[in-house]
Amino acid sequence: MSAPAAALATRRKRRLPFSPWHLVLIPATIVLIFPFAWLIVTSIETPAEALHFPPILTPHQLDFSNYPQALQEEPFGRFFVNSAVVAVSTVISNLLLCSLAGYAFARYRFLGRGLLFVLIMTTLMVPFQVTMIPQFIITKWLGVHLLAPVGINHIGALILPNAATAFGVFFLRQFFRTLPIEYEEAARVDGASRLTVLWRIVLPLSLPALSTLAALTFLDSWNNFLWPLIAITSTNQMTLPLGLAMFQSAHSIEWTHLMAGNVMSLIPMLVIFFAAQRYFIRSVAATGLAGS
Amino acid sequence: MTPGVAIILLFGVAPIVWSAIMSFQRNTLGASSPFVGLANYRQMLHDPVVAQALQNTVVYTALFVPGTMIVGLFLAVAMNRKLRFISLYRTVAYATMAISTISEALVFIWLFDPSYGIVNYLFSLVGLHQQPFLNSTSEALFVIVIMTIWGWTGFAVVIYLAALQGIPQVLTEAAAIDGAGRWTIFRRITWPLLSPASLFLLIWLTINALQLFDEVYLSTQGGPLNSTTVLVYYLYQVAFGAQGSGNIGFASAIAYFLFVIILAVTGLQFWGSRRYVHYRS
Repeated sequence: MSAPAAALATRRKRRLPFSPWHLVLIPATIVLIFPFAWLIVTSIETPAEALHFPPILTPHQLDFSNYPQALQEEPFGRFFVNSAVVAVSTVISNLLLCSLAGYAFARYRFLGRGLLFVLIMTTLMVPFQVTMIPQFIITKWLGVHLLAPVGINHIGALILPNAATAFGVFFLRQFFRTLPIEYEEAARVDGASRLTVLWRIVLPLSLPALSTLAALTFLDSWNNFLWPLIAITSTNQMTLPLGLAMFQSAHSIEWTHLMAGNVMSLIPMLVIFFAAQRYFIRSVAATGLAGS
Repeated sequence: MTPGVAIILLFGVAPIVWSAIMSFQRNTLGASSPFVGLANYRQMLHDPVVAQALQNTVVYTALFVPGTMIVGLFLAVAMNRKLRFISLYRTVAYATMAISTISEALVFIWLFDPSYGIVNYLFSLVGLHQQPFLNSTSEALFVIVIMTIWGWTGFAVVIYLAALQGIPQVLTEAAAIDGAGRWTIFRRITWPLLSPASLFLLIWLTINALQLFDEVYLSTQGGPLNSTTVLVYYLYQVAFGAQGSGNIGFASAIAYFLFVIILAVTGLQFWGSRRYVHYRS
């Protein structure tokens, strides 16, 4: 760097009392946060204000009546409970079933293990659209002939097909294989059953992997739309994304109510996300780094 | 045989074979389903909507994937330093990950509303004409590109930021001591070391882009005049749509067509990137 350039650089540094990166990051953050902000502003405006042009950036009075009105028009409470039941059940069943299957694939030799594993891995490459029509037919059949609560038009239909995933089995198998086998062998020698070894030794050592799987499964389940759209038609079985979509198409849109409903559906997820931010970020980063 | 494996076999593996069989049948849910050979695939070749949907899907993917990667890389590089408020900046970017596609689409439909939306208001402030946005055959797909880029920003930032933090500072510092400028360091050291993350994002985003559905369903229903009909949306319409024929044979053929496209594109991306992706051992 030549002397005058260096002098210029120091002078510029002196003139800006903060890092120039803020000049990039502040506008970027405003653009990123703006849809959130506008969503909230609209949800506390009166319908007349919302349809005013030019838009009213700061409502004259805070009108929270959109929230009870949205609740009256659509059972958002019900949607929320359904979403929570589906997401929590899916997470729990994935942790249990994928641990069992993943452990079997990681540590035990049995007839057809290789073939079975390849079959399961195949589903990772196949897009959902290929399997969704047969999945619909199977679910319908199960509901009619076997067990109504897992049939079409029941939230069970949103849990069962996702109760175990190929990703979960693969992910946990890979993790289990990195654990030192000596602990497990020692416990087996001492007479512990296979399940006891899994429950008492392997799973406690696998908490990072289990929490990652839990976070990813929860996000997936909470945001799932296409399968619920096909499987559910009655309002009282709908999850939040589906309920919001129906709300939008069923009414001549009252934007203030719709945005109030949208805020209500967002807040639980944002709260969970911020509370468990570390886990979510680490999980997403882990899938990326695993791929690289 | 654990229950988990049984569920995956029933809902994951068996349907792959089953829908392949259905794609060779004239199958409309319920009625008898005779085999018709390649008729569904032939119908697909001659269906102008399939051609349009394929084109829309390709255009969307070609805009969305690089767009998201550029935004994500730029923000991650900007955020990969110690600054005041840095965790605030990062958190806002991450928060877009917590938003469902449906919430995201609803907000953007409102932002881009032709009559009352704030984007048109901002346009008027800088002297631009009012735009019809989602009501326009030439603009609707771009609005969907913008909303999905916003929705995926957090994901791209997390991936790139994690990769950036994995680059040992020794390397960039050594280059700086040797007199390399910032751009040279980025171009010659940082970018090559980010290549595994870039490849991951490229493939992950492409797979997701080719399966675009939620935003289209909510914002345009494929319209106006099929200008935003993408493959998955058309498939859904054929199989389950309101005016739909319930033609699941034809829908299965479209699904397999999509599958082949995804396999081919990801295969090409892996193959084409061999020379450009550097793994540190």
